Formats: sequence, C-alpha cells, structure tokens
Amino acid sequence: MLKHGFIKQLISSFLSLLPILAVVLVFQVLIIQQPIADVTGMIVGVLLVILGLTLFVYGLEQSLFPVGESMAYAFARKGSVFWLLLFAFCLGFGTTVAEPALIAVADEAAMVTSKSHLIAQTDAARSQYALGLRITVALSVGFAILVGVLRIIRGWSLYYLIICGYCAVVIMTPFAPAEIIGIAYDSGGVTTSTITVPLVTALGVGLASAIKGRNPMLDGFGLIAFASLTPMVFVMAYGMIW
Amino acid sequence: MTAALLHFLTGLLATCRDILPIAVIIIGFQVLIIRKPMAHPKKMLIGFVCVLLGVAFFLEGLEMALFPLGKLMAKQLTTPEFLGIANLQQATWQSYFWIYIFAASIGFATTFAEPSLLAVALKAEQISGGTIHAFGLRCAVSIGVAFGIALGAFRIVTGFELYYFIIVGYIIVIIQTAFAPKIIIGLAYDSGGVTTSTVTVPLVTALGLGLAQAIPGRNPLIDGFGLIAFASLFPIITVLGYAQIAQWLTRRNRSSKL
Repeated sequence: MLKHGFIKQLISSFLSLLPILAVVLVFQVLIIQQPIADVTGMIVGVLLVILGLTLFVYGLEQSLFPVGESMAYAFARKGSVFWLLLFAFCLGFGTTVAEPALIAVADEAAMVTSKSHLIAQTDAARSQYALGLRITVALSVGFAILVGVLRIIRGWSLYYLIICGYCAVVIMTPFAPAEIIGIAYDSGGVTTSTITVPLVTALGVGLASAIKGRNPMLDGFGLIAFASLTPMVFVMAYGMIW
Repeated sequence: MTAALLHFLTGLLATCRDILPIAVIIIGFQVLIIRKPMAHPKKMLIGFVCVLLGVAFFLEGLEMALFPLGKLMAKQLTTPEFLGIANLQQATWQSYFWIYIFAASIGFATTFAEPSLLAVALKAEQISGGTIHAFGLRCAVSIGVAFGIALGAFRIVTGFELYYFIIVGYIIVIIQTAFAPKIIIGLAYDSGGVTTSTVTVPLVTALGLGLAQAIPGRNPLIDGFGLIAFASLFPIITVLGYAQIAQWLTRRNRSSKL
C-alpha cells in the first residue's frame, strides 16, 4: 500500500514536469539547435526535482493533509468564531511559510536585489531579506484567509471585497518603490500552490457546506483569490517601510 | 563531495525551519483545542520526514536544473546570432517572436497538464449542470496563462510599465464580473491562483529574470518580475469570458428549440 501510493505519486510528479521538458526539448532540438552546456547537471537536477516533489506530496498526504482537512471541517462545523478565525489565520500563515515555490522565488528576489546594491552583498543580508519577504507574504495570506472565512460566515459579497483589494493595489503602486512592484505582483501567484490550496479549499468548502444558506460553489471558492490578492498589498508595504 | 553534502545538510536544516510552523500549528490545534490524541503518530512522523527530504531535494533540483534552464532558454533565444542581427541594439520587439512563442507554449502546456485544474474543472462541470464543460474550462485557463506569460515577455522586451497592464487587466475583470454568471465568479477568481504550480513558478521566474538580463537597457529587479502576475490575472479574464459565452450559447439553443 505504502509503495503503491509512492510510485503513483512518482509518476504524477514526472507527468507534471513532462510538459516543461517537452516544450524545452522541442525548442532546443528544432529551433535553437545548440548543445546544452551542462547536460549531466540538468538531468541530475530534474531527477532531484521529481524525487523531491514526490517525497513532498507523499509526505503531505501521509501527515498534514488528513489531519489538516479533518480539522478544517471540524472547526467549520462547530467551535467558536474566535477559534475558527485564529485557526484560519494560522493555517494561511503556516502553509505559506512552508511553500517551496515561495522559498525559491524569495531567494531569487534577494539575489537580484543584492546585485542591484539595494541590500548588502552578503549571505546574511540576502537570507534576512528573503526571510522578511516570506514572512510578509505569509502574514498577508493568513490575513486573507481570516477575512475570507469572515466573509463566508457573514455572507459578504466576494465581488466588493475583491474590488476593494484591487483598488488598494492600484492606489499603493505609485507610492511603492519601483524595485518592489514586480516582486509584489508576482508574490500573489506564487503563494498558492502545493500546500496552501488543498488545505484552504477544504476549509472554505467545509465552512460553506456547514453554514445554512451558503452554497459551496458560490461561497466556498474565493479564499484562494484573496490569498493571491493581499500579498501584493503587504509586499508593497514591506517595500515602502524597508 | 563533503562540500556538496554540507551544502545539502544546510539546506535540510533550513527546510526544518520552514516546515516547523505548519507542523506546530496543526499539532498544537489538535492537542490543545480539539483535545484528541493523534490518530497515527508513526505515520505522521514518516510523513514529516518525507516532506522535509522532499523540499530539500526539490530546492536543490531547482538550483541545478529549472533555474538554469529558464535562464539558458532566455539567453539562447536572445543571442544576436539566433536573432540573425549584428547586435542587440538593432533588435525591435518583433525580433523576439520566438520568446513569445516559447513563453506561450510553456504556459499552455504546464497549465493544461495541471492535475489540480482538472479536478476543479470536473467539479465545475458537475455543479453547473453541464453548462460549463470541463474541457472548455481547462482550455480557457490554459489559453489565459499562455497569453498572460507571452504578454509578460512582450512587456519585458519593450520595457513598458507593469503597472498599466495590471490596472487595465483589473478593469476588464471588474467589468466582466458585473456581467458574468454568479456561479462562476469564485471559481474564476481562484483559477488565477491555482494554475501557477510549484514547478512552473521557478521556471517562469527564471525566464523573466534571464530575459531582463539579456535585453539591453532592462533592469532584472524592475523588469524581470511580473510574469507570474500576468499568469494569474489572465485566466480570470478567459474563464469569465468562457462562462459568458457558454451561458449565451445555452440560452440561444434553448430559445431556438422553443
């Protein structure tokens, strides 16, 4: 059983990487027609990505997902609003801090920023900047999930909240330093991948089906949308203060 | 060898720090608030070790393969020899059309193969009572991502402000939302965030940074980012558009039958 699940996950990790490899290979062979410099390094790296992704998702399915999902449902069904909101915030924060794509992009952003001499060119300064960025994004996702859960409880319209968020982004952009804008806009999409989406969706759909008069389709979705919107606002604020 | 091992162990240690908060939160809430013991402590422990090793391997692999690959592609597709011109100063935005095609292909292929998108699409088909087709929805999202990344690449090449593109995109979304069927709105907003998966994000980021480095007059910090933002914005527009078209077609069919 254990092996079977693992091999299945290995295949699905490979399949998620396959389109990238196919497109790159077609371009390399047909259009660029130049040898790739470090082929062995690339192959080893791709194998590591596949193995890493497999272990990661397999481990999540063994440990965090079942507990997290049942807990999300449990909190959604009973429990006071205070604990539900606290749980929502912690869930958003914790899953985002651990998100591998965000770790990678934050490191890359720190690298580029230090090359532009905005922060000191030392490993310590870089890792501090990357960590600050990730914590900012994680706080914003926690906040987003909190507001999203409050929206489902109160039945606010998703539309107005999203428009408010967009307005905040539009108003803040001219005041934010130019160097942070690209990173801020990107951080919205980066945050929501492997860990965050399943747990947050479970919370949203569980909550919407537990409360009377809520439609899981109408109210259950939308949490991810918040979680991709607030990081832009928070990261721009981080850029202004920093 | 020892240096590589040391490097890996440092990475593993950093990963422990990254995974710790979510583990503490889940276990803390379980023990303190729900007050039930863990169901399978041994399985949990094995799972955590797998997650730790997985993230460490994944990040190591990214450094070795996906980041260099994205930058390499950006570099190779922008060399003067490849573009067939004497030097990069003469290049116009049309010279880089292979970049746009590459960006669009990566966006379309990765999104169409995304398993979480398939799951969401099937659910949407079921709930909408067949008005929305899973295949059509997946196409809509994939086209949105492909167009988004290609337009993002065009922006890096031309050096236009990211700001204007995003604002225009938002305005389109706001107008569309007012007219789109209510049931699809939450799903459409979410589809923007869902599509950019763990594997796609690093590659696309590297592509943008590589492009901004290769094209004269662009600053990686100001121009290099933004591709992911485009990739999360455009699926919203295409999904809302798809829902409107699907609704319109269903209505027309119904009225023609009557």
